[in-house]
Amino acid sequence: MVRRLFSCLIGLVLLSAVANAEEVVLGLSKDKISITTSFDGSDILIFGAVKREEAIPDGPPIEVIVTVAGPSTPLTVRRKAKRLGIWVNTDAVEVDHAPSFYAVQTSGPLRNVLKDVEDLRHKISVPRAIRSVGAPSNISDSESFTEALIRIRSRSDLYQLREGAVTVSEQTLFRTAVRLPAALTEGNYVTRIFLTRDGQVISNYDTTIEVQKVGLERWLFELSRNQPLMYGIMSIAIAIAAGWAASAVFRVFRT
Amino acid sequence: MQIYLPIAEVSVNAFLLLGLGGIVGILSGMFGVGGGFLMTPLLFFIGIPPAVAVATEANQIVASSFSGVLAHLKRKTVDLRMGTVLLIGGLVGAALGVVVFNYLKALGQVDLLVKLCYVVFLGVIGGLMFIESLNAIRKTKSGKPPARKKHNWVHGLPFKMRFRVSGLYISVIPPLLVGVTVGILAAIMGVGGGFIMVPAMIYLLGMPTKVVVGTSLFQIIFVTAFTTLLHATTNFTVDIVLAVLLLVGGVIGAQIGTRIGVKMKAEQLRILLAIMVLAVCGKLALDLLLMPSELYSVGAASGH
Repeated sequence: MVRRLFSCLIGLVLLSAVANAEEVVLGLSKDKISITTSFDGSDILIFGAVKREEAIPDGPPIEVIVTVAGPSTPLTVRRKAKRLGIWVNTDAVEVDHAPSFYAVQTSGPLRNVLKDVEDLRHKISVPRAIRSVGAPSNISDSESFTEALIRIRSRSDLYQLREGAVTVSEQTLFRTAVRLPAALTEGNYVTRIFLTRDGQVISNYDTTIEVQKVGLERWLFELSRNQPLMYGIMSIAIAIAAGWAASAVFRVFRT
Repeated sequence: MQIYLPIAEVSVNAFLLLGLGGIVGILSGMFGVGGGFLMTPLLFFIGIPPAVAVATEANQIVASSFSGVLAHLKRKTVDLRMGTVLLIGGLVGAALGVVVFNYLKALGQVDLLVKLCYVVFLGVIGGLMFIESLNAIRKTKSGKPPARKKHNWVHGLPFKMRFRVSGLYISVIPPLLVGVTVGILAAIMGVGGGFIMVPAMIYLLGMPTKVVVGTSLFQIIFVTAFTTLLHATTNFTVDIVLAVLLLVGGVIGAQIGTRIGVKMKAEQLRILLAIMVLAVCGKLALDLLLMPSELYSVGAASGH
């Protein structure tokens, strides 16, 4: 299927005649991810082509950056310090805007394919995707809190930077696979593609991947939110029933 | 086999959860403790969000306690009358505890207080029990019969009531007070409170160890069911899938544990519980005293 899509894309590239010099035409292996009970992470194949009406310009080759960002939530990052001999949370910094998942994949070292100014404008790299406004005045090193957030989330693969993971062929076709971890939250995952040349973004393209719980997962989640009392009583009933069943089964074994 | 938990929003190994449930269930059946003080930290460790771990654990304790209490009921080792008195105290205490908890939350540092509570209570109770049961074992070895009933201040109070199963004729005030205290601590520490109640029943009320376990389980069922309902309706943090996995392991474990417990001598049972309580206390104390490998932690925004 992927190959067929590819040939379609090439067709599109050849046929189209649009004003912009170089543009992205994109394909996704899936634009909807269903979280079922046995959900164990998912790979999305992101592929596309560069559409252009003229010949490939001279100069440095085209580079591609792909980012996938999960829904953002405000967070608190806390730091422990030793007080009266024990380690306790002392300082805290509020991060107003941190994606629950963020992956950056590039066709080369990020430093080479993207200029700092462009990163600042488009908020591409992991530290730029996190927005932390004003730490309390008693904290002078608020960067170390965002660094810690990135470190902690990178460890569980929630934040990824994979340089060179995008393959570009003939300066026209590109493809990459993004691994979404099992611990995924629901929401719209914004996928962005940037084309850069000499570190300058020359074109970008956005789309969303929908991540949603389905089936039993959906039903339980909805019930717990919409009818919490019912859900609570159901939980207790299941617990009592299981306790009774185990007791009954063991009685049968003993007699 | 990985399984995705709908409320916790993480994916975990189902067999790991079954195993954890089983081990904690065995301990629960043996000692009459809900096992919350062991399971909750274990759940944190495998990456379940703390709020979900605490709430779901309460639901799992309902199951293993119910399973355990049925085994004890058959053996007639549950003092229902004493259990009811403790329960009345427990519910009052739990309500008070929630008020105290919210007050401390407003002051900040509630995490630290919970941990300190754990260390102090586990340390004191574990230490006392350990020394007492060592002495008891030494006495039985040297041939002297253990001195069972002592008349202490408990017997001088009014409102006496006969607790036939426990073989006691004492005032209802001490059990009520034990219930209230346990309820308060249970609400603050997010556990059933068995590990506090069991020693209190043995040493303060002078109940026989065999009856203590069943009676404690009986009381815990109601307190944890109440807690589950509170968490489900206010915080939406009870994960039924997680609970089912834990309780399948837990109820089976509780049955096995009850049978092991019956075969063991009371002193041995007490010394094992003491060691376990001290071990958890030591682990928590080390966490507070040693420099953690990651100084930073990420939590939900504290809302302005």
